[in-house]
Amino acid sequence: MHGLINRSIQCFLRDTYGEAAWSDVALAVDLPFAEFEAMLAYDDALTWQVLDAACLRLDKPLNMVLEDIGTYLVSHPNNEGLRRLLRFAGVCYEDFLHSLDDLPDRTRLAVSDLDLPVVELRQHSAERFSVTCHSRLPGFGHVLVGVLRAMADDYGALVLLDYAGMVQGIEKIEISLVETAFAEGRSFDLGARAG
Amino acid sequence: MSVGISVSGSSTGSARRSGPGEGAPQAPSPLVGLPQEALDVLCPLHVVLDPTGHIRHAGPTMQKLRPDTPLAGARFLELFEMSRPRAVDNMASLLRAAGTKLHLRLRDHPRTALKAVLIPLGADTAGRRGAIVNFSFGISIVDALQTYSLHSGDFAPTDLTIEMLYLIEAKTAAMEASRKLNMRLQGAKIAAEEQAYTDTLTGLKNRRAMDHVLARLLRTRTQFSLMHLDLDYFKQVNDTHGHRAGDYVLQHVARVLVEETREEDTVARVGGDEFVLLFPRLVKPARIEEIAASLIKRLEEPVFFEGAECRVSCSMGTALSHHYPQPRAEQMIADADVALYASKKAGRARHSFFSTQQGHPPAR
Repeated sequence: MHGLINRSIQCFLRDTYGEAAWSDVALAVDLPFAEFEAMLAYDDALTWQVLDAACLRLDKPLNMVLEDIGTYLVSHPNNEGLRRLLRFAGVCYEDFLHSLDDLPDRTRLAVSDLDLPVVELRQHSAERFSVTCHSRLPGFGHVLVGVLRAMADDYGALVLLDYAGMVQGIEKIEISLVETAFAEGRSFDLGARAG
Repeated sequence: MSVGISVSGSSTGSARRSGPGEGAPQAPSPLVGLPQEALDVLCPLHVVLDPTGHIRHAGPTMQKLRPDTPLAGARFLELFEMSRPRAVDNMASLLRAAGTKLHLRLRDHPRTALKAVLIPLGADTAGRRGAIVNFSFGISIVDALQTYSLHSGDFAPTDLTIEMLYLIEAKTAAMEASRKLNMRLQGAKIAAEEQAYTDTLTGLKNRRAMDHVLARLLRTRTQFSLMHLDLDYFKQVNDTHGHRAGDYVLQHVARVLVEETREEDTVARVGGDEFVLLFPRLVKPARIEEIAASLIKRLEEPVFFEGAECRVSCSMGTALSHHYPQPRAEQMIADADVALYASKKAGRARHSFFSTQQGHPPAR
């Protein structure tokens, strides 16, 4: 698994639950190093071991931890850069949803060896969408739910999200766009630079 | 209002008027009457010039660069300074630059640099031509974003600017991650190298480090003294008080050796209780003898480890580089060893220089 993914899990634990939570998890899986490097690759099995240990440590089911990771990726100040990259997608939440199709390609532009799951958006009506997620990382759909939820807050949109389960390795999320300008949302300035 | 874009140079186009409300598609002709609104969407960063060189209309993003002054009505060349091609100072010379890449800069602050291309419009009844100038920020986009309040809606949907900005940010973030990794690896490398050259017990240099320094001295033909020092009675300390006491004594000895030598000297532990000291540019036998005497004096002071008194002394042998026509590392180490052996044989706790009497070709 790409170091960026592993490091995201590590930073999620550290930034949300404190340094001790991360050390506990690292100790539990007997990591041969103190922390993951964002630009190195690791064995896939290690990622799942870390996630399992995190669930134990936080006493939460895996899907909830994954969704929390998704929310963390967009909303924590330490990840302002990532939020900005997602906001480049467009001026409203609907634009953002439509840009999900481009996400793996965009990601590859920046980090060529980071393979994100193929994400497909379908629009069923003006306010009803669904997203499917083909992945060798089962559970990525839950991370995506967290990302979609946090991005809705970011755009100030009111949405209902429902993880509709996984069929033959394809995860599905249903999205109802209740209101596009529900709240103020966070500002996005093209010229600002993430610190 | 519409702008007649003439490809052929015919004069009828500019006379046409078609508003966006009319909605009727234009008949195909070499003259395209393009509604101004369409041009504002396709090229939001453009200006339309009338034949006198005044701006008749500025695209919405163009106008954002000078939000407080309407651009329409201003003379184009008073607003912009042309840096390429040069010597463009009127409408006629501007029109001659049609179709080429123009490099311009706004004359007043902020003096944003822009790239542009000019297309002449159809001639009016008097045969005079206006023009459309379409701009791009080019690479100055990053600065422009800091200067002006621009949003993604300010760029044409087909414009790749937003993609480029995305790429710049994504690459910056990825490079930053790589840079941090490199710095950590560099730190680890320096620490590993340091460790490879350090004797972990005493913190002194090890034999490998000593070999490096010695090689450098020989390579740079620096005159120096090489002293081989061996502790006396160290085995007794180890046997009587144990290895921990022995280690403690070695650490104490290391401290004394560093204290009694200069910053530029090298003190290395090359064996259990053996040390090599290198003194660059110090070859006066009298001074070496002084150092040897004070080393003996200091090392003979008793050391207390957990209440037990530990006593050692030292024997030394020194080889001087200028005694050799062509000093070599192995030779000098061996000769210092011969001198050390002589000191031991003469009763320990003393220092000797290597000399020709000890069985080597005469030194000059």
